[in-house]
Parts: sequence; structure tokens; C-alpha cells
Amino acid sequence: MIEAFFFYLFAAITIASAVMVISARNPVHSVLFLILAFVNAAGLFMLAGAEFLALILIVVYVGAVAVLFLFVVMMLDVDFAELRQGFLQYLPVGMLVGVIFLAELLFVVGAWVIAPHVAGGTAAPIPDMNEVSNIEAIGRLLYTRYVYFFQAAAMVLLVAMVGAIVLTLRHKANVKRQDINVQVARNRATSMEIKKVEPGRGL
Amino acid sequence: MVIGLSHYLSVAAILFTLGILGIFLNRKNVIVILMSIELILLAVNLNFVAFSAQLNDLVGQIFALFVLTVAAAEAAIGLAILVVFFRNRGTIAVEDINMMKG
Repeated sequence: MIEAFFFYLFAAITIASAVMVISARNPVHSVLFLILAFVNAAGLFMLAGAEFLALILIVVYVGAVAVLFLFVVMMLDVDFAELRQGFLQYLPVGMLVGVIFLAELLFVVGAWVIAPHVAGGTAAPIPDMNEVSNIEAIGRLLYTRYVYFFQAAAMVLLVAMVGAIVLTLRHKANVKRQDINVQVARNRATSMEIKKVEPGRGL
Repeated sequence: MVIGLSHYLSVAAILFTLGILGIFLNRKNVIVILMSIELILLAVNLNFVAFSAQLNDLVGQIFALFVLTVAAAEAAIGLAILVVFFRNRGTIAVEDINMMKG
């Protein structure tokens, strides 16, 4: 009973804030509603028994991604009212596509059955929560059978980090920087010039 | 009333549809489009976790972790491109992004 109550609470707030994300006039409000949606989705994860993922969702999304969005929204000086033009123009076709899509998805959800042979074919059964905690079970699986996927994910993050830095890094032309290669490559011919000075005239 | 798999799947379906709708409605605002993509990936994660709980299989949660990783990388790269584009053009309207004539 209490589980059903919290499920409907989290689900309602998640969906309501998702609606606000796509319909808020101010993008800052959109980002804040996105944070609310993610926190409540973390609650849903927690109800489903995925404790580690729920907390990771809060750490990664609320702590990093949403703050990154907020930072970009506030840093860019954009006229957001102008960007909202056409919202009502696209509303009918958007609603049409959305309603059809949602109806199809809900039909699928309402009509599915699990094939009988799937139940015995679990790849990695979740161990008893009283003996092995969720995070320990994930660690045991992630660092053994899926270690290559784990490293590939790390590589994705590394490339994303390097790419973001390379994209946004900007060299100003009028700032003097130390260039060690140029300094070391200096020799007598490039750094000295001998001038004949005429007596009494100067350079 | 027991909360089963189809409850979670319904919530995820609604979230996914709202993400698609967000892309349709905010055709000009790249930031909201990126946020809609985050919503879509959240719905996918919700599906993974719900099936993981239903089938008693931990692999769903592992895969949701990887989806989370890719979503974070995608947000970082997308926002970096957005910042560079704004610096060059002074706007983030999607209609103006046609320099490559693709």
C-alpha cells in the first residue's frame, strides 16, 4: 500500500515536471524542473530496487549534467522569447504525433506477455538483498564480466571530456605565452644581429 | 494494489512521449531539445530498471549505468558545441544552423 502511494507520488511529480520542462517559458525554469524530474525518477529507481542507480542518477544528473545546463543557460545571453515563436504553430502536429506515439506505446505495454522460456534464462540473477547489497552485486558483475564495457564507457567519458575542452578552448592572439620549443630552438643566427654604428650618428 | 512492470512501463512511455513532444514543440531552442533528449534517455533507463526488477536480472542495471554514461558524455559535448556556436554566431536558433548546407 505504501509502495503504491509512493509510486504514484513519484510518477506524478516526474511526469508533471517533464511537462513543465518542455513548456516552461524560461529555460532556467526548464532546467530546475528537469532536476525535479530526475530526483523523482531516482525515487522510482529506488522503489524498483536499483538503489545504486538511483543515487548515481542524483549524483550524475542533479550534480553534474543539470548544473552544466544551468551554467550554459545562464552564460549564454540569448533572447529566449524570440526562440519560443512557433511554439503554438507546432503544437497541433506535435500533439498529434505525441498522442499517436503514446497510444502505440501504451498498447504495447498493455498487451505484452513474457515468453515462457525467458524466465529461466536470466544472465545474472540478483542475489538476496540481505546477503549481498545492490552496489556490491553490481560491482561483482561490472568489474568481472563487463569489465571491457566498463573501460569502453570510461573511454567514452575521456573522449567527451577532451572533446569538450578542445571545442571550447580559445587562444587569444594578443596574449603572450611561453613557447618552450621556440625558446630552445633559438640559436646565434636567429637571436643576434651585428650592426655597424657610424661615429656620431647612432642608430 | 501491487505495482507491477506495466506501471513502470507506462510511466516510461509517457516520459518518452513527452521527450519527443519537447523536440517537436521547441524546434528553435537547442537547449530545450537537449533537455528533451535527457528525458528520453531517462525513460529508457526506467525501462531497463523496471525489466531488471521484473526479471530478477542485474544486467539491466549494468546497462542502465552505461546509458547514463553516454547521456552524460552527450550532454557535455552538446553543450560545448552550443557554446562554440553561440560564440561564433551570437544565436542558438536551430534554423540558423545551416552553414554546412547538409
